[in-house]
Amino acid sequence: MAMNYNAKDEVDGGPPCPPGGTAKTRRPDNTAFKQQRLPAWQPILTAGTVLPTFFIIGLIFIPIGIGIFVTSNNIREIEGNVFMYYGLSNFYQNHRRYVKSRDDSQLNGDPSALLNPSKECEPYRRNEDKPIAPCGAIANSMFNDTLELFLISNESDPTPVPIPLKKKGIAWWTDKNVKFRNPPGGENLEERFKGTTKPVNWLKPVYMLDSDIDNSGFVNEDFIVWMRTAALPTFRKLYRLIERKNDLHPTLPAGRYYLNITYNYPVHSFDGRKRMILSTISWMGGKNPFLGIAYIAIGSISFLLGVVLLVINHKYRNNSNTADITI
Amino acid sequence: MFRRTFSRFCAGEEKRVGTRTVFVGNHPISETEAYIAQRFCDNRIVSSKYTLWNFLPKNLFEQFRRIANFYFLIIFLVQVTVDTPTSPVTSGLPLFFVITVTAIKQGYEDWLRHRADNEVNKSTVYIIENAKRVRKESEKIKVGDVVEVQADETFPCDLILLSSCTTDGTCYVTTASLDGESNCKTHYAVRDTITLCTAESIDTLRAAIECEQPQPDLYKFVGRINIYSNSLEAVARSLGPENLLLKGATLKNTKKIYGVAVYTGMETKMALNYQGKSQKRSAVEKSINAFLIVYLFILLTKAAVCTTLKYVWQSTPHNDEPWYNQKTQKERETLKVLKMFTDFLSFMVLFNFIIPVSMYVTVEMQKFLGSFFISWDKDFYDEEIHEGALVNTSDLNEELGQVDYVFTDKTGTLTENTMEFIECCIDGHKYKSVTQEVDGLSQTDGPLTYFDKADKNREELFLRALCLCHTVEIKTNDAVDGVTESAELTYISSSPDEIALVKGAKRYGFTFLGNRNGLMRVENQRKEIEEYELLHTLNFDSVRRRMSVIVKTQRGDILLFCKGADSAIFPRVQNHEIELTKAHVERNAMDGYRTLCVAFKEIAPDDYERINRQLLEAKMALQDREEKMEKVFDDIETNMNLIGATAVEDKLQDQAAETIEALHAAGLKVWVLTGDKMETAKSTCYACRLFQTSTELLELTTKTIEESERKEDRLHELLIEYRKKLLHEFPKSTRSLKKAWTEHQEYGLIIDGSTLSLILNSSQDSGSNNYKSIFLQICMKCTAVLCCRMAPLQKAQNLCFILPQFLYQFFCGFSQQPLYDAAYLTMYNICFTSLPILAYSLLEQHINIDTLTSDPRLYMKITGNAMLQLGPFLYWTFLAAFEGMVFFFGTYFLFQTASLEENGKVYGNWTFGTIVFTVLVFTVTLKLALDTRFWTWINHFVIWGSLAFYVFFSFFWGGIIWPFLKQQRMYFVFAQMLSSVSTWLAIILLIFISLFPEILLIVLKNVKRRTARRNLSCRRASDSLSARPSVRPLLLRTFSDESNIL
Repeated sequence: MAMNYNAKDEVDGGPPCPPGGTAKTRRPDNTAFKQQRLPAWQPILTAGTVLPTFFIIGLIFIPIGIGIFVTSNNIREIEGNVFMYYGLSNFYQNHRRYVKSRDDSQLNGDPSALLNPSKECEPYRRNEDKPIAPCGAIANSMFNDTLELFLISNESDPTPVPIPLKKKGIAWWTDKNVKFRNPPGGENLEERFKGTTKPVNWLKPVYMLDSDIDNSGFVNEDFIVWMRTAALPTFRKLYRLIERKNDLHPTLPAGRYYLNITYNYPVHSFDGRKRMILSTISWMGGKNPFLGIAYIAIGSISFLLGVVLLVINHKYRNNSNTADITI
Repeated sequence: MFRRTFSRFCAGEEKRVGTRTVFVGNHPISETEAYIAQRFCDNRIVSSKYTLWNFLPKNLFEQFRRIANFYFLIIFLVQVTVDTPTSPVTSGLPLFFVITVTAIKQGYEDWLRHRADNEVNKSTVYIIENAKRVRKESEKIKVGDVVEVQADETFPCDLILLSSCTTDGTCYVTTASLDGESNCKTHYAVRDTITLCTAESIDTLRAAIECEQPQPDLYKFVGRINIYSNSLEAVARSLGPENLLLKGATLKNTKKIYGVAVYTGMETKMALNYQGKSQKRSAVEKSINAFLIVYLFILLTKAAVCTTLKYVWQSTPHNDEPWYNQKTQKERETLKVLKMFTDFLSFMVLFNFIIPVSMYVTVEMQKFLGSFFISWDKDFYDEEIHEGALVNTSDLNEELGQVDYVFTDKTGTLTENTMEFIECCIDGHKYKSVTQEVDGLSQTDGPLTYFDKADKNREELFLRALCLCHTVEIKTNDAVDGVTESAELTYISSSPDEIALVKGAKRYGFTFLGNRNGLMRVENQRKEIEEYELLHTLNFDSVRRRMSVIVKTQRGDILLFCKGADSAIFPRVQNHEIELTKAHVERNAMDGYRTLCVAFKEIAPDDYERINRQLLEAKMALQDREEKMEKVFDDIETNMNLIGATAVEDKLQDQAAETIEALHAAGLKVWVLTGDKMETAKSTCYACRLFQTSTELLELTTKTIEESERKEDRLHELLIEYRKKLLHEFPKSTRSLKKAWTEHQEYGLIIDGSTLSLILNSSQDSGSNNYKSIFLQICMKCTAVLCCRMAPLQKAQNLCFILPQFLYQFFCGFSQQPLYDAAYLTMYNICFTSLPILAYSLLEQHINIDTLTSDPRLYMKITGNAMLQLGPFLYWTFLAAFEGMVFFFGTYFLFQTASLEENGKVYGNWTFGTIVFTVLVFTVTLKLALDTRFWTWINHFVIWGSLAFYVFFSFFWGGIIWPFLKQQRMYFVFAQMLSSVSTWLAIILLIFISLFPEILLIVLKNVKRRTARRNLSCRRASDSLSARPSVRPLLLRTFSDESNIL
């Protein structure tokens, strides 16, 4: 009947005719694939393979966990470079309206986007008929408190010694060098931003963020760090680096410190909190007991299960001598 | 639907008229009558669904009728119109992909149909036009055309046979492609046109055929032909199904025929019988739909919960609109109700991936590709007919693993339908050939062995009856054309029983030599040739269950011979010698032979006149012909004399018993439908091991019910009794009786026709089947079974895909912020997870093929959609929920630290999402890897390839500032993420935690199974079960726990 078709004939194109053979054979090809007899590795999970896995996992995970845990707990000691963070809580940088309120083309230095920012930036797109640079809610709400750290070296001399805080090297390299670029133009940064206006909430325009031209405008690292929106409403952002001068002295020797905050940034209106965190960093980042504990826990559970199963398996083996052992 | 409109268009008003008039050769009958060309449809067969023009709209329409596609279309439209968190591309692209793949598949299948149609429509046919043989394409045939068909050609349309190359105007036809009956059937031309067997002469024929409008019944046709010759009065002849040659049937053993087309194209009986490519939905697809609705419900709940919480959260003003994140003027002015509504839609869009867009396409691809494995399988290849398995539709592949009931015909399916004459009984005396191998021809003098001799006259009468009462034809070879007395007589008949009987008679000395000039020639035991004029044949039908011939002997006596089922004959014979024959028939039936009774009666010439008239009248009737004929037959076939009975053996098919046993072991319920005597059927059932000696038979037959006034009461009693018996056996069974009886192998049920009509339920003997062992193997194909698995698997994947997204809403102020980047959302279902599951569903063999074929009991485990039950579904769902929680909260706790990098730099929300997504992709793929028991290179390739592709894609996607993107969210996020040791450790940890329950379950199942094995081996130490290869539990893993112990 016309309605039926033979899938085999159509797709197969028919097996090649045997040499000399005239009649087209409809016999299916005897290939491993078509006969579903491809050589296959058939792993069989037996007690012999599963139990060692548990033990091995336990033996690997527990040391890793301990290692992480110890490292994480040692972070407290202020040795090596010290990282200064500011923290905000109840600040929804991950709100959808907020996250999308930016124009990456503008930030990448696109001249047309500079003067005509994306609609996503509304309501921070234009101010008094001038395009805002950088536009959008994220830029507009950039953290603008200034934190300064002073050491009161000894009780006798109350003059605080400022701790040198490094502004550069806090943003992702790719962000600083590729993703964020100042608009093209002359040497003068102000000229390059001509025709734009500063974000409403900012005190000064973007080209005056820093005196260093490599750290001003869109490539200002404080700005770049702020523009990487945080995942959770309570977050920290890297603010400054305190580099270790030499191996002889700790970066921040014991003593009384004095933190000077130029308070610009309002958080009370949304019930938020500000924090300043000083931390050293190990090979695995900041202090975080979670990973270490989790590794130890999982390793132990795995090991324990291995033991339990081994006992069951052993007991079973003793009980029946006749049955085969394969699982 | 399409066909109906089509035929309505074609047939138009004739439909209302009830008959159609066809002018043979399209010659008008008389000059005076204006020849009005009636409009019939052309001879084009259209089985394809689409044309080039309507493919796109029609296919799109069909596809969007599917609930999931329609749903995604809605989502897409919502994304286009409303401000939603994800761009329309995220759902538009997968939808486009799915639609395209499906369209390509369907287009391909339709192209094949087009090709097949064209093959039929463009095939060459010969039409007689103006006394010339004109070559034409098949689709050009019009109703009324005279068509010439050669031997071994198929008829291009429904034809009325006008003449054939044989002198008696008959031809042989096989209708194997229509109804599967491969034996030759004889068709006749009306007597007046027999001689017109050249193109010239047939052109002179002036005739009109009146017949009913097309109807799908293959075996019904009522018509009349009016033949006008030389301005004389028209001669009217009746036409019946024996005159009609059906499209699709093949001409056999006849050189050529002429016929006139009466039904063409879509009006042919074959086309009317074509059901179209009906959308059959498999049980798996149905349950997928059901679970889809569950997920839809979850989705709506999630969206509703989020919307509610959003507004609760926003009731604090500083949450709704903090100074740093102000709304636009437009947003402020929007109506609150409208905002809530769009928020709800946005959440739906955000979570919509919980319903996997690609699931249908994966399922469809799996079925499509899986069907190739079926047709490729060389185990299905039949060396004799050179054909492998043929897949007509890939929609129902997996149903092969879900078969509960097998219905089988007995004759020709369980048995070979090659009959052998075993013995006969004449007047109660048994005749039996001692050695059946002895060639009957050499035996010329009388019965070989007779235990007790009947009267010689009766004996001869019986044998003559066997020689005359049939529709057997002699096939004459071309080389010896006309030489009927050739030693090589080949009998052709629609019924193998008749051939067996004729051959049986031959063995006892009476040889049927065929028809010549309407005379039936029989060579008797004394080598004399007797000739009988065949006056009428009262054909066999399944209602009367008998056939008769009326013949005139050389001396002028008119005799009626009748043969038929005992139940059809005994009430119609007058003599009182039934008892002996009856006992004989019963005994034969018990032995599994097919029995027929033979009777005869002499008809007085006066009576014959009347009978003849009645018969002709009935045959000419256009209306209710069947009923009228039946009545006449009924009147004629009375008061006959019983001569004897025959027993014919129908051998069981090769391996029938083994197959039945395997089917039984697989838990299938086998029903046999047969027209045979109950005892015959029963013994066949025993022979093919459908009934075991231990089987308790529940009989619902006229015998058990007894012929009494209180039939119904008795039947009711029996039914109650049986039910009680069965329910006692299965106390928990709440199923209906009908299902319960076959539940257990130890019960067999026999119902006969008359009892059946009492119950008003269509059923028959409980019985069994054979398709050789082929069918069994199909049932157990892994491919058929395993695709049931992937549905929950994939849905679970999508649940753990979307759950973190949902949880994230609690941390982003219910602002519908997506956790994953749009590219990941889009690619997840299409690229990252689809191929491994497809390869898995196609290639996985949890159990070795050989093990499967050797142990049919395994089949039991998969029937009833064992894998798509609620239990496993819930298990998958909870597991997915667990995994989703692990992904999200694991990453959440990881992000509690200031920095994950050794240089103190911080990560943002996109890194958070990417970590979750990476863990997700790896977990889902590795979980599948854990499930894979059969690692071919393809599995390796797609599983590791998918993971590699994910990594590669992520680097690539984050490595470039894409000019067409509004936001460069992912720029270097993935690379930066991998530069952190903590992230690596966390990803490994989270993957392991997510897989932990799975691994644990495998181990626990192993232990449990082992305990079961131990119990088992104690109980039946000798059972082959304990020696079963070790792969078995892997199948069981997905079943409910109870099924663990076989």
